[in-house]
This record gives sequence, C-alpha cells and structure tokens, in this order.
Amino acid sequence: MMEVGLQHFLVVSAILFSLGIFGVVTRKNAVMVLMGIELILNAANINFIAFAKYGNFGFDGQLIALFVIVLAAAEAAIALAIVLNIYKNFATVNVDEINKLKE
Amino acid sequence: MSQPLAYFFDSLYLIKPETSIIGFLVLILLYDLIFKKEKWLPYISLFGLVVTLFLIIEQYGYNKFAFQSSTNFGMMAIDPFGAFFKIIILLSSIIVILFSILSKELDVARDRMGEYYTLIFGMILGMFLMVSASDLILIYIAVELVSLSSFVLAGFLKNDSRSSEASLKYIIFGGVSSGIMLFGISILYGITGTTNLYEMNSLLQNFDSTNILMILTMILIFAGIGYKISAVPFHFWTPDVYEGAPVTITAYLSVASKAAGIVLLIRLIKSTFVSQKDTFGYWEMIPAFDWQGFLIIISILTMTIGNFSALWQSNVKRMLAYSSIAHAGYILAAIAVLSDQGLVGVMVYFIIYLLMNLGAFLIVIVIKNKINSEELEDYDGLGYRMPLVGVAFTIFLISLTGIPPTAGFIGKLYVFIALVDAKMLVLAVIMLLNSVVSLYYYVRILKHLYLNKPKAETTDIELSFSLKLFILVLAVPNIIFGLYFAPILEFVKTSLIILGI
Repeated sequence: MMEVGLQHFLVVSAILFSLGIFGVVTRKNAVMVLMGIELILNAANINFIAFAKYGNFGFDGQLIALFVIVLAAAEAAIALAIVLNIYKNFATVNVDEINKLKE
Repeated sequence: MSQPLAYFFDSLYLIKPETSIIGFLVLILLYDLIFKKEKWLPYISLFGLVVTLFLIIEQYGYNKFAFQSSTNFGMMAIDPFGAFFKIIILLSSIIVILFSILSKELDVARDRMGEYYTLIFGMILGMFLMVSASDLILIYIAVELVSLSSFVLAGFLKNDSRSSEASLKYIIFGGVSSGIMLFGISILYGITGTTNLYEMNSLLQNFDSTNILMILTMILIFAGIGYKISAVPFHFWTPDVYEGAPVTITAYLSVASKAAGIVLLIRLIKSTFVSQKDTFGYWEMIPAFDWQGFLIIISILTMTIGNFSALWQSNVKRMLAYSSIAHAGYILAAIAVLSDQGLVGVMVYFIIYLLMNLGAFLIVIVIKNKINSEELEDYDGLGYRMPLVGVAFTIFLISLTGIPPTAGFIGKLYVFIALVDAKMLVLAVIMLLNSVVSLYYYVRILKHLYLNKPKAETTDIELSFSLKLFILVLAVPNIIFGLYFAPILEFVKTSLIILGI
C-alpha cells in the first residue's frame, strides 16, 4: 500500500489554494468570496502542519496553525458584519453591483 | 528565579510602549462602557499617546531582542530604527486624533466614538508589532491586527453606502493578500524549518544561486507587504478605500500603516537576506532572491502607474490616493539601493511625507467641513474665500511635488543622492520624470483654487482661531525643514541602527 507522505499534503494544499483564488476571482456573491479566502488560509494551515510533522521542525508549525484558525475566525466575523451592513445599504451582496465609487 | 523567567521579565520591560498602548485601549473601552461621555475620549487617547511617546523616547537607545528563544534570537527586535518609526506612527496618530475631533463627517457617529478610538489603538498596537517583529508568525498576526481594525474603521460611517462599499472592497483585497502572504510564509517555513528571520539568515547562507522556490515564496510574501504599502500590482483597493473611507481614516492609512509596511519590508530584507555590509554601507545580499531587481521593477511600476492615474481624477481624496501610491514608489526606489544611504533616504522622506500628506488631508477635512464636498470642481475660487487654507494647501502641494524651498524637496533629494551614489541613474531619471508628471495634477488643484471662477455668488468663509493655528503648525515646518534640515538628518543618522548585521 502506498504511504501517505509530505507530497500528498502539499498537493492537497496547492489544490485548495488554487480553488480559493479561483473562488475569489469568479464568485459574485460576497459570502462565497469570503469562503474563498477561508480556503486560502486553510491551505496554508495544511502546509504548516505537514511541514512540522514530516520536517521534524518541532511543534512551531502546529502552533502557528492554531493562531491562524483564531485569526481566520476573527476575520470571518468582521467580514460577515461588513457584508450584513452592505446588504442594509445596497439590498444586495453581489460584488459586481456594489460600485458606487468611481472607476 | 529561573533563567527563562528572568528573560521573560526582561522582555516585558522592553515592550513598555506596547503595554502602554494595550492599557489605554482597555481604559478607553471601559470608560466608554461605563460613562458614555464622548467628550473626554479624544483627550484620554491623546494622553495615552503622549505617555507612550515618552516611553519610546526613554528606551530609544536599546538594541536587543525581546522574547528570546533558546537560539539567542527573539520574536521582537527593539532597536533605534524601530523606535524612529514608532515615533512617526505616534505623531501621525496624535495628528489624526486631532483631525477626528474637528471632522464634521464623523458627527453622525459621535455616539460610537468609543469604538473608533479603541480601533485606532488596536491599529497602533498592530503597527508597533509590525515595526519590531522579527518572526514571520508575529509579522502575520501584526499585519492582520492592523488590517482587521482598519477594515472596520474604513466602514465606520455605517449608513453611508460609499463607506461600507470601501470596507467591503478593503476586506476582500486585504483578506486575499494576507492569505497569499500566509501561504508564502508556510512554504518558507517548509524550506528553512524556522519562522525567525535571523535564524533564516544563517540557514540561507548555504544558497549560492537563485532558487525558483525562493522566488515564488518571496513574491507570495511580498503580496501581503505590497498590499499594506499599496505597491503596484497590489494597489487596486487604494483608490476606492481612500475615497470611500472617512477622511481621517484615509489620512491615517496613507501615512501610518504605510510606514509600518515599509519597515516590515526593510526588516525582512535586512535581517534575512543580507550576509554582510561593506565599508560604504552597501549590503551584500544572499543570492537566494534578487531583491534589487525586483524592487526596481516594482518601484518603477508603482510610481508611474500612481502618477499617471492621478492625472484625470476629479475627486481630491482619490487623487491623493493615487499620489500616495506614487510616493510609495519613490520610497521603494530608495529601498532598492539596498544600502544604509538608501535607508537615510527612506527615513528622511517619511518624516517629511508625514508633514506634507497629513497637511494636505487636513485641508481636505477643513474644506469638507465648510462646503461638504471633495469634488475638484467645487473647489473653484476657494483660494480667495479662505486665504489661509489656499496658501497652506499651496505649500503642501508644492511640498508633495518636491520643489524647493519646501521640505518635500529635501526628501526627494536624499533619495536621489542614494540612487546616484549607487549608480542607479536610470531609476533616478525615471523618478525625476515622474515628479514632473506629478506637478501637473498637484497644480491642477491650485488652478481650481485660484484661477477658476466659482459658479454662484459666494462669501468669505471664516475659520476658528484654533483651526488656523493647527493649519500653521503643519504648514510652517514644511517651509522650515526645506531650508534648515540638519536636525532631521541628525535624528535619522542616530536612528540608523538595525539589530543584526
């Protein structure tokens, strides 16, 4: 049976990262864009933990992942509050229709 | 007492300014919660900033690590270079809090000002950490702390749709950029096995050529820093956020958080990629990544795109946003020299940029208070209706262009000297041409102030004495430092000590 190694984790994180960027660029709904950002952060988290485990770098990587989870939660809270406020002002959360500021 | 514990208490002693900021943050929050009196909040904030300023001046000469690990390197580098930029951040915070007292735009949110000052203090704390962080994870947390506070501040006028649009655009760009930076940090952690910049330095000495993985990583990390200093191609948020956010916050973002981002970049380059310094102060770089070439390209792009986009703006705040992108380009040009002389250029530039840019924003606030507009066509004939404002605005704009005898000239001069000494003549010429382009849009504001006839009958607009004094306090140094800049240079040269090589 094939052993799960560092490469597998890196491939998964690279795919997640690309999906995150893809989601941010293509999605029109602000909430979906924010989900793309979450994917990017979690891709980095997988990297940190995989490197910490397979590189024998101690526990630094896993600690960093915990910090990142907390920060991602804070960011999501603020982002959703802002989206809620956007909905109050514009009655839509479509990022393409929110363009009162000039080009 | 055991050894690690003693180190820990030493470190607490070293982060007194940060501790004071946290203390006042909590104080403001509690005061707002218990007394609900908006009137005294700005004065408590100002008092907190002055106390912090004294604490920084007290520990100005220190040059060591705080929170050391077993390897003799620490999480934070407390050095005069950091103290210099902390002073700049504090001065701009003091000025911005004074702006917030007089800005009429914030009147609709006066009952929520407790949150406003708390968030400003959160930003200051984040910027202090950014300035002294020497560990990638602390860098990321500090960048996020600044960003999260500024997202909310940009959308502080909740019922103003422009303000909320600014905050949405800001959080999408900010979230993506700092996420990309985090991904870069994770790869860098995989390459080196450490997050400390100084430990990385000794590990990277083994790289004897450029490495494709290193290039990718550094570009990813630069995405986060570039977004903070609004360098092209990470600048797209700048015009929209600067236009939509309250003027006070725009002024703050354009000076303080830009300063923190620049220091972050310098510290990353200096402590990670410099192998040694030669006798003339030029840095010998580890060949893992070609910082000089990269910074030259980014700097040329930033100043050119910033200046040319500013040419056809009709909103003054938006024009100042593009002008601040261009100024980031000039500062990046000075960093690209990669020498101590380049750093002198950066630091002199920042003192002067603080004066002239905040001055220009003060005038925008004053005019917005009186005529409730930021559109250039509404500025017609204002130079005659408000003589002092007109003269002061002229001084600030000429200073931003960099024409003698104003201080802006001295700032540009030191960047030029550094570029010419390093024989980077092409970059120097491009910067000179860019200054000429910038003259056009700065002078266009003056044309509206003095030469265009106002559309309707108008009367003179009176300013209060304290406001006149405030304008003069920012305008007069712009002339004085243009003629007598020895004290600035003296201060910069004594602050030019970065922990490490």
